[in-house]
Amino acid sequence: MINLETPKKQAGLIDQAHQLAMNMLRPISRKYDRAEHDYPHELDMLAALIDGVSETGATGGAGAGGVRRDDKPSGADRATVRNGANLASVLSVAEMCWGDTALLLSMPRQGLGNSAIASVANDEQLERYKGTWAAMAITEPGTGSDSANITTTAVKDGDEYVINGEKIYVTSGDRADSVVVWATLDKELGRAAIKSFLVRKDNPGLKVERLEHKLGIRASDTAAITFTDCRVPAEDLLGSPEIDTKSGFAGAMATFDNTRPLVAAMAVGCARASLDLTRDLLEQAGVVIDYDRPAQSQSAAAATFLRLEADWEGAQLLMMQAAWMADNRLPNSLEASMAKAKAGRVGSDVTLSCVQLCGTLGYSEGELLEKWARDSKILDIFEGTQQIQQLIVARRILGLTSSELK
Amino acid sequence: MSSRETRDPIGFAVAAVNRLAQSELIDRVGLRKQAEQAVYSTTRNGFRVATAAGRTFARAGRSAPGARPASAGSSGVFDLTPTEDEAMLVAVVDELATELLRPAASAADEACTAPTEVLAAAQEIGLPGLGVPDALGGIMEERSAMAGTLVAEALAKGDMGLAVATLAPGAVATAIGLWGTEAQQQTYLPAFTGDDVPVAALTIAEPTVLFDPFSLATTARREGDGFVLDGVKSAVVRGADAELFVVAAQLEGTPALFIVESGAVGLEVEADPSMGVRAAGLARLHLSGVRVGADALLGDTDGTAYRECVRLSRLAWCALAVGTGQAVLDYVKDYVNGREAFGEPISHRQSVAFMVADIAIEVQAMRLLTWKAASRATRGQDFAREVALARQLCTEKGMRIGLDGVQLLGGHGFVKEHPVERWYRDLRAVGVMEGAVLV
Repeated sequence: MINLETPKKQAGLIDQAHQLAMNMLRPISRKYDRAEHDYPHELDMLAALIDGVSETGATGGAGAGGVRRDDKPSGADRATVRNGANLASVLSVAEMCWGDTALLLSMPRQGLGNSAIASVANDEQLERYKGTWAAMAITEPGTGSDSANITTTAVKDGDEYVINGEKIYVTSGDRADSVVVWATLDKELGRAAIKSFLVRKDNPGLKVERLEHKLGIRASDTAAITFTDCRVPAEDLLGSPEIDTKSGFAGAMATFDNTRPLVAAMAVGCARASLDLTRDLLEQAGVVIDYDRPAQSQSAAAATFLRLEADWEGAQLLMMQAAWMADNRLPNSLEASMAKAKAGRVGSDVTLSCVQLCGTLGYSEGELLEKWARDSKILDIFEGTQQIQQLIVARRILGLTSSELK
Repeated sequence: MSSRETRDPIGFAVAAVNRLAQSELIDRVGLRKQAEQAVYSTTRNGFRVATAAGRTFARAGRSAPGARPASAGSSGVFDLTPTEDEAMLVAVVDELATELLRPAASAADEACTAPTEVLAAAQEIGLPGLGVPDALGGIMEERSAMAGTLVAEALAKGDMGLAVATLAPGAVATAIGLWGTEAQQQTYLPAFTGDDVPVAALTIAEPTVLFDPFSLATTARREGDGFVLDGVKSAVVRGADAELFVVAAQLEGTPALFIVESGAVGLEVEADPSMGVRAAGLARLHLSGVRVGADALLGDTDGTAYRECVRLSRLAWCALAVGTGQAVLDYVKDYVNGREAFGEPISHRQSVAFMVADIAIEVQAMRLLTWKAASRATRGQDFAREVALARQLCTEKGMRIGLDGVQLLGGHGFVKEHPVERWYRDLRAVGVMEGAVLV
């Protein structure tokens, strides 16, 4: 039966996330935007709190912990529609980003590397990496969207791999205690030879070179990391060590099916922060937003607000759709990319337009509107830019290969 | 022409020659002799005719509140799967849309009328009774806004104009089912679930700039123990043939709904062919001192029923936009893959492919917003916000999809050889229409 409301059984969790966002993230939001690169130590307590809540199972497996697909439902279970960890994750991430996107990204033990581990690690590795805080290192100075083109190498030497290369834009690269690194076993063999490795931060071959100064999400540290003859045990290669030229890269890319709805959720949460505050400020200024009267008969500000809210709702529902499909084991690459494309652009449009509606009040550091307008921009870039998402959607819809639609 | 324009002498001469040339042209190609269009062509030139003679609806029942469909329950689970009943219904309607509506669409658009076989087929599968409670001979046990939304979407994938023509009687039946007294339901609803469904139109829109359905120019004033209606309604579906109208009019400052039978004195109908949705035979309805009885009032006088009516009508238009948007997507997908330029399919170019991707993304967003509003309505929850946002998105993105659909076909999109120019015109309707359809 069609129903697009927040699942009843997850309402408590979402409410909890909202309270955390309001009472723990918002009060320190501006502080760490100004103090870029300072460690937000308040988050340690919050992380402990989240760990505690997770232990009780009340989160339904929510968090940036990623989702495993291999546990097939039993026959009887298949007919039942599930609202599981994926939906809980996107909804709670959105709430947390309503509080502060950068602080959500800085949450200990909730890194994108953790999502990758959860998605591709074997059971033994899962157990061994329990409790680690893993950052994700894919991008290189010469390689962004074409991640199959990375030049960082991993060479087998006895029962170790030796990694050499430079990675940039590693979120939480300084604060995390491990990094999931993409490296190629053989550049000649293309994307199938790309594997991911878990590298501990205390590895002497790993060096954090610098932290970036950024437009937004300044509370989140973004590191450049070099790997110089960095030796990792062979058992820290995630997934299969075989080079399967047929489906090798698909495994690595499958991580994105899980993480893209999460980034969409960040944009949805950040944009809603802007909408909520703008609506409040507009109402204080006497602007009433009427859902029944035609927008063109209301003030231009109200009409603009309605347009933004409609777009936002579209992004939110596409995000929920992608997560719901994952919960029900339906292939969701297309929907994950649709959600991220829509949420990414809507995030920018909403946050920038809200600054416009609020004038210099919105532009000033006195409110957080200008910050959200800076924070949202990255969400249309990382985990696949707007253009990459459109490429994925277009190829799927049109049935074209990557050599046909470049 | 804008009132700021003035004609100088040469302008008058040009205008006169132009008129003459036009009339010669019309005679030369013999357009005037099309008998079946005679009434329509006459009224198109500004003449009004009395409304269709119509049937007599035998009065029955008491003025007590009528039967109401129960709201659907909810398991509280986020789910995008239609119920089995809904899926079955949609499968049937899908076939109707593909086999009947799409092939008939172009000619119906041209003729500004829906072919009888299309209307008969819709009647045969029971569409006019979809919103009627089963206690009154309808087919749904519970509130069917969701089913109605899925049906409208599926029909519009065939053709929006024909979808509107087939759904219009159901809009009136659903309204009477939702807000009618026992007497109104027993008087009118049996006809909608029988073999000879009356042509009926729900009329809210008026031909004014910045039309606001909550501030109507059409008025109802109490006189004796009845009402007198005055005003002009627009976008009246199949107005020339309609036997029954539900007319929105301002009563003592608040909009209300009135049931008006076509035989009433003071009713005149005038064809109003518009940019699109032409197969629906749009017309204007003129009401001059039309007297109706006290039992003509449909619903309350505090605007509650009316407000819900406006929302449910907008919801139906959203569903139509989703269906037509999907038709555009399906069509351009095949076209850009087949059409070659510079030695390869044009779909191999990002500027083309990304437009298709955006159509796919926005159609799905439109669908999800519409479904959310519809499912809330079905469960009896407030859906004011949801339907407003759905309408906003369907208006803006629907128009964009129509625009891009034509653009992707280039010159071929501009000619009537392909349906995209019709979809371009039809999708423009969603933001301006009020009334006509309802789920």
